[in-house]
Amino acid sequence: MKTKSSRQPDGHGLPALHDGLLLRLQLHSDPKLLCVVRGALERLTEVLGFSASDCRSVTRAVDEALTNIMRHCYRGRLDQPIEVSCQRLVRRAPLREGLEILLSDRGPAVDPGKLRGRRLDEIKPGGLGLHFIRQSMDTVEYQRTGGVNRFRMVKYLHRAASESQGC
Amino acid sequence: MQISARHADQTTIFDVSGDIDLANSPLIRKALLAEVREKRTPRVVMNLSKVRYIDSSGVASLVEGLKACRDLNLRFILFGLSPSAREVLQLSRLLKIFEVYENEDQALAS
Repeated sequence: MKTKSSRQPDGHGLPALHDGLLLRLQLHSDPKLLCVVRGALERLTEVLGFSASDCRSVTRAVDEALTNIMRHCYRGRLDQPIEVSCQRLVRRAPLREGLEILLSDRGPAVDPGKLRGRRLDEIKPGGLGLHFIRQSMDTVEYQRTGGVNRFRMVKYLHRAASESQGC
Repeated sequence: MQISARHADQTTIFDVSGDIDLANSPLIRKALLAEVREKRTPRVVMNLSKVRYIDSSGVASLVEGLKACRDLNLRFILFGLSPSAREVLQLSRLLKIFEVYENEDQALAS
């Protein structure tokens, strides 16, 4: 797994590259690597100033999305490429700072109809991952471009950006 | 992730430690279903106090354990939920479906 990050302060105590990139992970589709990604996301969301609950939400959403890629796009193959890219996001009017996470894979196209998740009124195993993702993030989008599945998720900070503190 | 079993007073207690995710939830499922279907202990208790994280596949394994117990009229009990584990059961609206206690003493006294 390859990791790229920067420790350049950006005036808010946040590590950032000039283009907003905070962290990029390239990994194989091996479930044993899920804990590594969770560890990175837990630390990154802490550094960005998310609440403990929101840190868990973002980490859970990324973990569930990666699980879906490994199970459904790559059907359990362990050696397929996945990229996790995390960027700072600043939305104006109203001003909100957040974290954008883009997951990319080269599996077959996903049927958008299968991205709705199942109803929760039945007690049965399975089908909960998408529900967890939608409950955990502010924005969830899927796109297929150039043979690549791109799953985009955004979580906004629920306090003023000027309060953000680095570690 | 590690899982081990203790047996006492018509109860099996599974002690689980580590994260439960796609890499290891099949092990939880296998251990749980083997215990329920082969030994049919009247009360099956999951000690999750050393489990920091459970993903949807882990929740699915717990649901399978619950359903297997219900099919055989056995009790299936969870205790020691971390904030993350409690959140995923709430998100999936399963927290009220499971019998949940704070600690082992409460679980065994129930």
